[in-house]
Amino acid sequence: MATDLVPGVTPETPKTSRPPSGRAARRAPGRVLASALRHRWLYVMLLPGVVYFLVFKYWPMYGLHIAFKEYLPFLGYSGSPWVGFKQFQTLFAGPDFGRLMLNTLILALLTIVFVFPAPIVVALMLNELRTVLVKRSIQSLIYIPHFLSWTIVASLTYLLFSVDFGVLANFIHTLVGGEQVDYVAQETWFRPIIVLQLLWKQTGWGTIIYLAALAGVDTQLYEAARVDGAGRWRQLWHITLPAIRPAIVVMAILTSGHLLDSGFEQIWLMTTSLNRSVSDVFDTYVYYIGITQGAYSYSTAVGLFKGATGVLLIAGSNWLAKRLGQRGLY
Amino acid sequence: MAIDNVAGPAAQRRRGVRHHESAGSRVFDVLNVVVLLALAAITVLPLLYVVAGSFATEAEIDSRPFFLWPQKFVTDGYDYIFASGTFLRALLTTICVTAVGTVVQVGLTLTMAYPLSKRALPGRTMAINLVVFTLVFSGGMIPTYLVVRDLGLLDSYWALILPLAINPFYLLIVKSFFQELPEALEEAARIDGCNELGVFWRIVLPLSKPVIATFSLFYAVGIWNDYMSPLLYIDDERKWTLQVLVRQLTAANADSENALNALEGAFFPQQGVKFAIIVLATLPILLVYPFLQKHFAKGVLIGSVKE
Repeated sequence: MATDLVPGVTPETPKTSRPPSGRAARRAPGRVLASALRHRWLYVMLLPGVVYFLVFKYWPMYGLHIAFKEYLPFLGYSGSPWVGFKQFQTLFAGPDFGRLMLNTLILALLTIVFVFPAPIVVALMLNELRTVLVKRSIQSLIYIPHFLSWTIVASLTYLLFSVDFGVLANFIHTLVGGEQVDYVAQETWFRPIIVLQLLWKQTGWGTIIYLAALAGVDTQLYEAARVDGAGRWRQLWHITLPAIRPAIVVMAILTSGHLLDSGFEQIWLMTTSLNRSVSDVFDTYVYYIGITQGAYSYSTAVGLFKGATGVLLIAGSNWLAKRLGQRGLY
Repeated sequence: MAIDNVAGPAAQRRRGVRHHESAGSRVFDVLNVVVLLALAAITVLPLLYVVAGSFATEAEIDSRPFFLWPQKFVTDGYDYIFASGTFLRALLTTICVTAVGTVVQVGLTLTMAYPLSKRALPGRTMAINLVVFTLVFSGGMIPTYLVVRDLGLLDSYWALILPLAINPFYLLIVKSFFQELPEALEEAARIDGCNELGVFWRIVLPLSKPVIATFSLFYAVGIWNDYMSPLLYIDDERKWTLQVLVRQLTAANADSENALNALEGAFFPQQGVKFAIIVLATLPILLVYPFLQKHFAKGVLIGSVKE
């Protein structure tokens, strides 16, 4: 669940030319065997991890085929009958699909517009601070929410915005007047609150990657620009922003793959019976239909649709980044 | 922070000759500091309020809009929590699962990352691809649930640990870190008669303390904060973790508040318990945070920024 902690990892490109793998290996199987034997302890160390990936990552991928079956627990994986694309047809033709898609896309759009740029802006502002001590203190403080759980964030939201005694709810009430508004239960306020929570929780942490990129900027560039008479804004526009553009592109591609991941815990925790019409997204729908209603095949199909779209989005935005002359992710 | 970036444009100006700075530039600096301080305040104030509220009386929470220091200092919420079996059980459960889970996760990650960092290991590329593919694609919630069910792990504490045992991102970062270690040291140990296990244990691990610290924190926070796993895999109320309790107590439509009330019978300081449980569920993280802070930015950046 915490993959977002380390967003900048670039999966490494396999180096096939290293001996004794690849073609060399086929020519000399004896040498590979000898090398493997010499490394036997390394294989022993590798084994538990590989078993983990096979059991908890690849076995579920095998299980995905029940999206094309009518899975019945007493018949098991192999005994359940194949039904082709029936589950997908049910999803696309059903009444829920449009609403799920719309809710998921709106949240994704809001994330792109408001949540994605926030760390960039804050990193740029931090970068302009003159006192290292002030900079460090502010950084340390704004990192904290990243380490709080979504249940805590949701609880804080309820405490601050609840009708009866919520501090912020009352504060807004005194400012605006009128009727007391139940922010946490209402449809109207669901999306703004989700965005605010994301901003509060992730902005500070998100600055890390950009600050690292900013630290690598050659300071002579600034001097040269100043000599040429560039003001602060021009320096920002012509030196700082281009310098962090690769980091921005990588983050954008990574984000695009998760566009349909609305963040299960956050949405689930903020869903109430009153806001279901705007809060139902693919993630929570899969849980609701699959775990609580037991429709394993159907909800697996929903999950598969979501996962496949995510892969396409990553590939698509990577392609786009390369077309636009950026380095891309792979 | 590890990222000092003293070379930023502002610091540059401070050190260098002051090229007749414009008034606009100075206004910008002031505004910048003010806005950033406001951001920091928005981040921290809600947390301080909850801490203050957890020591306040029910009446004060109801009547005073916002405070950072309670007028009358009471511990009703905490007293209730520590007197109640449900809470103590959840607290202990969470502590144990986090401790065991972190050891398992860090152990598995380190032992898998080390062989993967050896370029000469036959089959290494295949194993790395096996890992990288899981970053892009996964079976998803239901198939994973079925695997956990088929393994007989439902309602078992292992269901909170094993499915998350290795984070592929962390694994790849640790692998990159191991790759950067000086090869000569390992060679020397090998000449002195160490086998691979010996090299790993005596040379590599001692050199990796910052990385181990960082990822121990990340894994521990991950398990401590995990709400989805208990929601999916744990039905038995006696096995609830703190996060589930936090949810049950503070959710808007919490019928279970009444259930808990009935369960425990006695006096139930409603708001006080809510504030106190939030504090208790957050405290351990905030306690270790300052100690590990200096490590983690470095840890995150190892292998992640290749410019």
